[in-house]
Amino acid sequence: MNKLINFFKSFLLLELLKGMSVTGKYFFAPHVTVQYPDEKTPQSFRFRGLHAQRRYANGEERCIGCKLCEAVCPALAIKIEVAEREDGTRRTTQYDIDLTKCIFCGFCEESCPVDAIVETRVFEYHGEKRGDLYYTKPMLLEIGDKYEEQIAKDRAADAKYR
Amino acid sequence: MMELLQTLENFGQNLLGPAWLPLWTIVKIMVIVLPIMGSVAYLTLAERKILGFMQVRPGPNRVGYWGLLQPLADGIKLLMKEIIIPSSANKFLFVAAPVLALAPALAAWAVVPFGDGMELANVNAGLLYILAMTSLGVYGIIIAGWASNSKYAFLGALRSAAQIVSYELAMGFALVCVLLAAQSMNLGDIVRGQQNGYGLLGWYFIPLFPMFVVYFIAGVAETNRAPFDLAEDEATIVAGFHTEYSGMGFALFFLAEYANMILIAALTSVMFLGGWLSPLDIAPFNKIPGLFWMLGKMSVMLFLFLWFRATFPRYRYDQLMRLGWKVFIPLTLVWLVVIATWMQTPYWLW
Repeated sequence: MNKLINFFKSFLLLELLKGMSVTGKYFFAPHVTVQYPDEKTPQSFRFRGLHAQRRYANGEERCIGCKLCEAVCPALAIKIEVAEREDGTRRTTQYDIDLTKCIFCGFCEESCPVDAIVETRVFEYHGEKRGDLYYTKPMLLEIGDKYEEQIAKDRAADAKYR
Repeated sequence: MMELLQTLENFGQNLLGPAWLPLWTIVKIMVIVLPIMGSVAYLTLAERKILGFMQVRPGPNRVGYWGLLQPLADGIKLLMKEIIIPSSANKFLFVAAPVLALAPALAAWAVVPFGDGMELANVNAGLLYILAMTSLGVYGIIIAGWASNSKYAFLGALRSAAQIVSYELAMGFALVCVLLAAQSMNLGDIVRGQQNGYGLLGWYFIPLFPMFVVYFIAGVAETNRAPFDLAEDEATIVAGFHTEYSGMGFALFFLAEYANMILIAALTSVMFLGGWLSPLDIAPFNKIPGLFWMLGKMSVMLFLFLWFRATFPRYRYDQLMRLGWKVFIPLTLVWLVVIATWMQTPYWLW
């Protein structure tokens, strides 16, 4: 009997019609597409994009050359050289991030004791030739200067969870 | 309208004499072929839009307003592309195959009636002509697959050949039921046979409903459309028979596929959905020209083609063969007997 019922069910194409009713319903559903260059999805304040080096309000760079970020970096994308400056403080002479190696895990940012290396919300950047994505210390500081306002706001928003 | 055409014809006859007939025929061919080409172009856009909508996304919308210039951009791209002929291919057949695929798809339109008397050729064996032409299309695919000298193309061609042979039978039997009911092989007469004053109720899809379903599904298989597109199964054989084609060769296969889809839609409308007849034989509806009803019915069938593609996953090859040989052919044979018997009883109303 069951066999007979199944036989007629398959001949009446009920399952196919059910499938078509599903796609038919979705035909009239509102689209979920975000028209990217015109519209953008909201970003979290924890968004991990392009890196930046921050400064204190008095213009002094934050980085103290502790090399924690270099140590924690799972992709070995960070290279740091340190030397003593004339005023006796420990400062980096070289701070490079190879963005082609970086996996944007955010460990450098988390390990930093002085919030010097951070990841900004910038994700629309590119390099036009080999080596363009090898960011050096002045480049990172420049990004930090440019986006400091946004970076500070994001750190403040995240502060209560840290 | 008809008087105007008659006047034009008389005028031409007087002006050009015997040269008029071929000229006038070419004009009529152009009037059919050019809109078909246009429809093919916009059917590709419709397909992408409808697939997009069913997948909750808007589809192409960058080229022109609402993506309306997309087919144009695609066409120009394909025209400009380099045609690569594989060094081990049979060059003559490789170039000839796309033409062989497209030509029958367009030739079959000669007997399709778009309205009462609006056909290029009023052939009495129109149905046979249609069957012959739609079967010829597969040669383009087989030759393309063979001439490419590539394993994927060859596999695609083999699949396509076996598939079309299997589904042609079911399709043929479904059409035998139609010509049994209409008692004519002339497509115009088949439509006229569906005119009994009750509109929709006179159409053959009611007594021949299983055949209508079988014919349309076999038509989907015949045109190598999803879910029966095993000849170009990208998951297993790259792009099937047109793996080695690029540029205009590929575009011709594309044109052939879509022209065949439109043809199957037109034939389904003529055979089962009353062609140019209006669904309700009352005042506002039967004043609308038959051409619009015909095009409307074709559009609905084409929408079904795209709806199927958006819904069903591809058949496995053995399932495809099982469906063709063990379901459709027995079903059509049984219904053929049912119809033949039914027609002998007084309960046959069509």
